[in-house]
Amino acid sequence: MRRPFLRERGCGGRARLACEGRSACAANVANLSWQAECLPHQVVRLANSGWWGRRFRLPSGPLLNFFLCVAVLFLALAPALLGKDSCVECHSNMDGDLKAPVTAYPNDIHFRHSFSCADCHGGDRNADDPEIAMSPAKGFKGQIARTAVPALCARCHSDANLMHRFKPQQRVDQLALYLTSTHGKRLAAGDTAVANCVDCHSVHDIREVRDPQSPVHPLKLPETCARCHADAAHMAPYKIDTNQFAEYRTSVHWEALSKRGDLSAPNCASCHGNHGATPPQVSSIAEVCGTCHVMFEEQYNKSPHQAAFASMGAGGCTVCHSNHGIRKPGIGMLAGDGSVCAQCHDATSTGGVAAADMARLLTKLDTALDQSDAVLKRAHDSGMEVSEAVLRQMEGRASLVKARVAMHAFQVAAVAKPVEQGLAVAAETRAAGEKALKDRDSRRIGLALSLVTILITMAGLWMAIRSLESKGGAIPKPAGR
Amino acid sequence: MATAARPRLLDWFDERLGLTALREFAAHKTVPLHSATAWYYFGGITLFLFTIQVMTGMLLLLYYRPSPTEAYESVQFIMTRVQFGWLVRSIHSWSANLMILTAFIHMFSVVFLHSYRRPREITWLSGLVLLGLAMGFGFSGYLLPWNKLSYFATKVGTDMAASVPVIGHQVARFLRGGEDVGGATLTRFFGFHVAVLPGLTTLLLVIHLGLVQRHGMSSPPWKEGKTLAQMRFFPNFFLRELMAWYAALGVLGSLAALFPWELGEKADPFASAPAGIRPEWYFLAPFYTLKLIPSHVWRVEGELLGLMGFALLAGWWVLLPFWASDAAGQVRTRWVTGAGVALLAYLITFSLLGYFR
Repeated sequence: MRRPFLRERGCGGRARLACEGRSACAANVANLSWQAECLPHQVVRLANSGWWGRRFRLPSGPLLNFFLCVAVLFLALAPALLGKDSCVECHSNMDGDLKAPVTAYPNDIHFRHSFSCADCHGGDRNADDPEIAMSPAKGFKGQIARTAVPALCARCHSDANLMHRFKPQQRVDQLALYLTSTHGKRLAAGDTAVANCVDCHSVHDIREVRDPQSPVHPLKLPETCARCHADAAHMAPYKIDTNQFAEYRTSVHWEALSKRGDLSAPNCASCHGNHGATPPQVSSIAEVCGTCHVMFEEQYNKSPHQAAFASMGAGGCTVCHSNHGIRKPGIGMLAGDGSVCAQCHDATSTGGVAAADMARLLTKLDTALDQSDAVLKRAHDSGMEVSEAVLRQMEGRASLVKARVAMHAFQVAAVAKPVEQGLAVAAETRAAGEKALKDRDSRRIGLALSLVTILITMAGLWMAIRSLESKGGAIPKPAGR
Repeated sequence: MATAARPRLLDWFDERLGLTALREFAAHKTVPLHSATAWYYFGGITLFLFTIQVMTGMLLLLYYRPSPTEAYESVQFIMTRVQFGWLVRSIHSWSANLMILTAFIHMFSVVFLHSYRRPREITWLSGLVLLGLAMGFGFSGYLLPWNKLSYFATKVGTDMAASVPVIGHQVARFLRGGEDVGGATLTRFFGFHVAVLPGLTTLLLVIHLGLVQRHGMSSPPWKEGKTLAQMRFFPNFFLRELMAWYAALGVLGSLAALFPWELGEKADPFASAPAGIRPEWYFLAPFYTLKLIPSHVWRVEGELLGLMGFALLAGWWVLLPFWASDAAGQVRTRWVTGAGVALLAYLITFSLLGYFR
């Protein structure tokens, strides 16, 4: 078979088959081949025709054909491959609220995982015509109703299989918890003023919790809760106080969180829960505090106060320490002007006497340890080696901590035991510090005596030199090199 | 009986050791007297402090244990439980520092009095090697208490060695006994400190002192050819030197008693490096210079550039006796004094900056 045309054109497979299927006249073959010639091939042929083609002839061949075909195919499918999004295209050209979501969305964790507007709002992102893109037929939902937000988020966030693709340890019980929360219950009852997912996590710029810019990052969470809970107008219908945030900012927990940067320090969610946020019941307050303060809870449950407070309907730990504005506790809470015990117990009553005894014991140990510290510091500052005593002193400090914990059983005997252990340590370390200071003084006396001896010897040497040189002076000699 | 026995005993030794020749040598050895004679004492003081180092080092060896689990505790034991252990350890540490200080003073006095000139080139070279060995003693001994500061300072120091091109990694590996500072490094540094370095130092010291005796005490070039008053080395100069040694002993005792050398916290390889970490004072100037050099200068790594600079500077300084004289054999005193002043100014300024910044 004669195939000069094909060889000359260097045509691709499809055209070749088309040509080979016919054995008609050359004109027919030429015509057929021209129609079957692929687009890139046509481009090369056109490029090589004319005067520039004679000067800068483009190469042709099977490999070039292949790459050109792939390039043309890619260009044709580019919009789909590159994630065409007509929502973004249109809303980018709008103003105000209609543009805001598009501006914020690149910071959103969902954007980074390739979720588009249509994944929440429905519609067809590939359609250029707004009527089609936002048609109900394409599932367009428009603005999501506040009551529908939790269920919408849960569509993915309750799907373990889906969530584990992005984050293997991600919990998927947020909706279940939310439905048990006061927020969730009220929303279910139709109250749209309560918080739903987007009120805390924000919308269109949702970030991971560990992102410091996220409104639910531990450092920002109190302020996020306070946006509603410190707003008197917002809280008025619910008859909820709005002083929690102000009080919290005076607490030791806030100090640990904001000043020391301790992200494990309690914030609102630590006690109230996050998605299942609800005020702790009076009967469970000790358990809530006990999630961190384990030993204190253990002692408190052994104390006479546990049953007494429960019968009174008083909230355990918060009776003495308050709830949001928890201050640094101290011995002053037991006795003296700021005593919280004195609020219920007369000073002469059994409880009052026990509180005073416990305060006396704790003060005694605290003072003894402070005095030992001072002696050890003086010894250390003098250059004495007291690291063993300093290490032992830490055991004394541990006894003080134990005594403070034991105090929550509100029994003097329980406090006395660690106090005695601590006092023994304090006496030992103080003695070590005093011995070091005594050694230091002995060294200084020894040094003074040595220096006197050295000076006397040097004086003797000087006298010997003088005596020697008085008999005969220096020898004159020509200086060498 | 004793008077009759003594000369006989001396004769016995004299016959075997040639003491008469030594006595003759000592009787004729003199020291030039001029305005800078006082600087001659510093070589002797350095030798005295080295002797103190050897003696206190031997005492410390009785209790010290070179392993990461026991090193710190053994030094702590020396300082708290061993009778006068605190004094021995403090004197060893202070004496090491004073020895390097007096060695530097001795070196600069040699430079400013131009005592390095012909025929004392080898004396100069052996002296510089001795100074390098003293610094090696300091670097290896610093790690031995195995405390936090010494651990991280050694890490930084060996890291610097690693940045030397081609052989750097091998050198650092050899020094550390592995990829990182650890138990193998401690054992190795202990070996260097108590065996390798003392052996080399003794050899070099014998050469250095032998050459000093061979060539005698140098007179400054501006006194050359003039008649100069000379002091007998023995006993006049020796008694004065003895006074200087007593003074050094007094300073050493005062420092040890008033400012005992601190032990610090035990090294923890998993802890983060303590803030404000810096090497011993005699390494501060190069350390601070390397800190000032940008991480990259053109395409060369800053640290490497700094090390290359120091290598060139050290080479230039070592070869001082050879470039200090012109073709006619005349010493370029102004050049050398200028270079000495510049180097001294650099060392003092950068050491102070490194200490206070």
